Amino acid sequence: MTTTTARGAVPARKASGTGPGSAAPRARRRPRSDLRVALFFIAPAMLGFVVFYLVPSIRGLYLSFTEYNILGTPKWIGGANYAAIAKDPLFWNALGVTTEYVLINIVLQTALALGLALLMHRVAKSTFIRGSLLLPYLMANVIAALLWFWLLDYQIGIVNNLIDAMGLPRIAFFGNEEWAIPTQALINTWRHMGYTALLIFAGLQAIPQHLYEVANLDGASPFQTFRKITMPLLRPVIVLVLVVTVIGSFQVFDTVAVTTQGGPINASRVLQYYIYQRAFTESDFGYGSALAVILFVILALVAFIQMKFLRGNESDLD
Amino acid sequence: MYTKATGKKAVGALAAAAAAVLALSACGSGGGASGEEAKGEISYWLWDANQLPAYQQCADNFHTANPDITVKITQRGWDDYWSTLTNGFVAGTAPDVFTDHLAKYPEFAKTGQLLALDDAVANDHVDVTKYNKGLADLWVGEDGKRYGLPKDWDTISLFYNKKLTGAAGVTDSQMKALTWNPQDGGTYEKAIAHLTVDKNGKRGDEPGFDKTNVAVYGLGLNSSGSGQGQTEWSYLTGTTGWTHTDKNPWGTHFNYDDPKFQASIAWFASLSEKGYMPKLETTVGASMADTFAAGKSVINAHGSWMIGQYTGYKGVNVGIAPTPTGPDGKRASMFNGLADSVWAGTKKPAAAVKFAEYLGSAACQDVVASKAVVFPAIKSSSDKAEAAFKAKGVDVTPFTQQVKEDTTFLFPIADKAAKVDGIMKPAMDAVVSGKQPASSLSQANDQVNSLFNK
Repeated sequence: MTTTTARGAVPARKASGTGPGSAAPRARRRPRSDLRVALFFIAPAMLGFVVFYLVPSIRGLYLSFTEYNILGTPKWIGGANYAAIAKDPLFWNALGVTTEYVLINIVLQTALALGLALLMHRVAKSTFIRGSLLLPYLMANVIAALLWFWLLDYQIGIVNNLIDAMGLPRIAFFGNEEWAIPTQALINTWRHMGYTALLIFAGLQAIPQHLYEVANLDGASPFQTFRKITMPLLRPVIVLVLVVTVIGSFQVFDTVAVTTQGGPINASRVLQYYIYQRAFTESDFGYGSALAVILFVILALVAFIQMKFLRGNESDLD
Repeated sequence: MYTKATGKKAVGALAAAAAAVLALSACGSGGGASGEEAKGEISYWLWDANQLPAYQQCADNFHTANPDITVKITQRGWDDYWSTLTNGFVAGTAPDVFTDHLAKYPEFAKTGQLLALDDAVANDHVDVTKYNKGLADLWVGEDGKRYGLPKDWDTISLFYNKKLTGAAGVTDSQMKALTWNPQDGGTYEKAIAHLTVDKNGKRGDEPGFDKTNVAVYGLGLNSSGSGQGQTEWSYLTGTTGWTHTDKNPWGTHFNYDDPKFQASIAWFASLSEKGYMPKLETTVGASMADTFAAGKSVINAHGSWMIGQYTGYKGVNVGIAPTPTGPDGKRASMFNGLADSVWAGTKKPAAAVKFAEYLGSAACQDVVASKAVVFPAIKSSSDKAEAAFKAKGVDVTPFTQQVKEDTTFLFPIADKAAKVDGIMKPAMDAVVSGKQPASSLSQANDQVNSLFNK
């Protein structure tokens, strides 16, 4: 970036005396048009970022200091929303419930995805099998949630009918306070693990084959190879996967919205659903925005900690 | 330099465009019914798919009578209806006319989203006394302005599976003469217990009944009822002299801390505990009506808008009985009514008002009556609906008798309904699922009332 502009600046100044039409403009124009072309390509993404992320985020931050019911005008109330949130038992409940969801979802999903990736790498070379692992991910979140909502239904779900047929008591997967969050975490694990596995699989393929050959020659066992070569070299990919999936997991919403809607009682009232409830159902956009800002800060902190302690921006390959 | 100039130009153009948009939208929301001709295409929304054919017929007839106006109807399920509508208000894409609910309209009226219909009602000589008693008044806001014209009403009754009551030896006349009280549940609980059957074939009132292995529940459970309990428990609490709020409409103090109310709810929750009603946790998902059709429950308390669904199940012989008489010696049913409202931001207020008036007229409500799906708001149309139901072989007297005998009470209309629901839903879930005692509702009540003390 810096070199391009520096190089571009010099001929431009030199050319300023010669005027258009002379031989110099060729030298002048090229570097400049590089920048323009670059801007041209960045523009759509930039526009999307500014219009759909930056502006709404700044507006959200502003709204979090207001009382606003979306149909009226925002009224500045300073930090009152934040003070109320600190004392709001439903917020702390949401934080706890969300954390439970993230832990179950991420631990299971990452472990299963790693296993699947290794299998794809070593055993399942068929593109068909590799592709079919992605199938759940190709399904819309809402559809996946509804599908399982139906399969796991207490009365008519096939899973509960199987459980019943085995002589075991039926399980209220969505209606029971203890089951609601694990059930939803498992549904999303099912949906996302193929995709996560694909990311890890790509990381596996980037590990140079000769390292394994050397390890093989040295008589390392498969487990040793995995622990000493695969895992360390896969770390940057795992960190990327973790950062992305943890952020996504914290924002769980659709599954809750189409199944339990926060219930039973408050057992699945995750942060994102609570934000939606306060903002869109109860028309309290100021409060909802403040909750969203807090979620944003939490996610930024979590991502930062992950990057810092897992050294996600370095690789051991060099 | 050159690029900067274009940048400025672009900004200027954007600003001009924005100004134009603002000016246009200002035009839109400022329009009144005066002066402008009633023509063009207007949009109409409703949520009940069962009623779509009836209202499509109304829209077609309206178009025939007013060839200049076309009505485009959109049906959207209840779950998405309200958030889409609110978004539409903000984005300027809300329908010109829409089906409105008593729990929702106070907030819309307060935020200026509804067109007051007083002038239109006066100018067009709409007779609001033609509607069933009280229905038109429900739609007069706290500010004294009219925000909707009544389209229908509903009450609560008991649907029951005649084959299962017959097998238990419970007669139709017994079903119609049930009594209830919060202490021992009266003959209502006795019937519910007797109709419950466990997997070994033992009835709920027989020794050796296994409440952990119930095959058929005496009473079905829809949900905890949140703060209103419209179909779940309001037909019981209404017979104890208890009311949801200090006054209705526009109550500002809720009464969930009343011992009378808590005793009724404690009795209701005890049915699950005794094995006579499914546990709340098992009702997430499959609808109560569908499990009724599958023969898993015998009695279902539900609203008149469900008549079509309950009587439509193949091979299920359904009886309808009025709700039980309570401690005050009378029956009780919540009386709810929907109306059509006009959006304040409509670009075609004259056409929109005209259509809303048409929907509120006998011309349309007779069409709705003939389809036998709901009870229209107009008295004469309502009677026609009763006849139409009868022609289909359904005796809907249990629903209409509550109105005729004046045993109905109005749906509680209050401001901040969504916030009240946000507090009461989890609180009531906890009590009905047996996780909290009914006395815990006092704390929720304090929370609810603090909403109105600000």
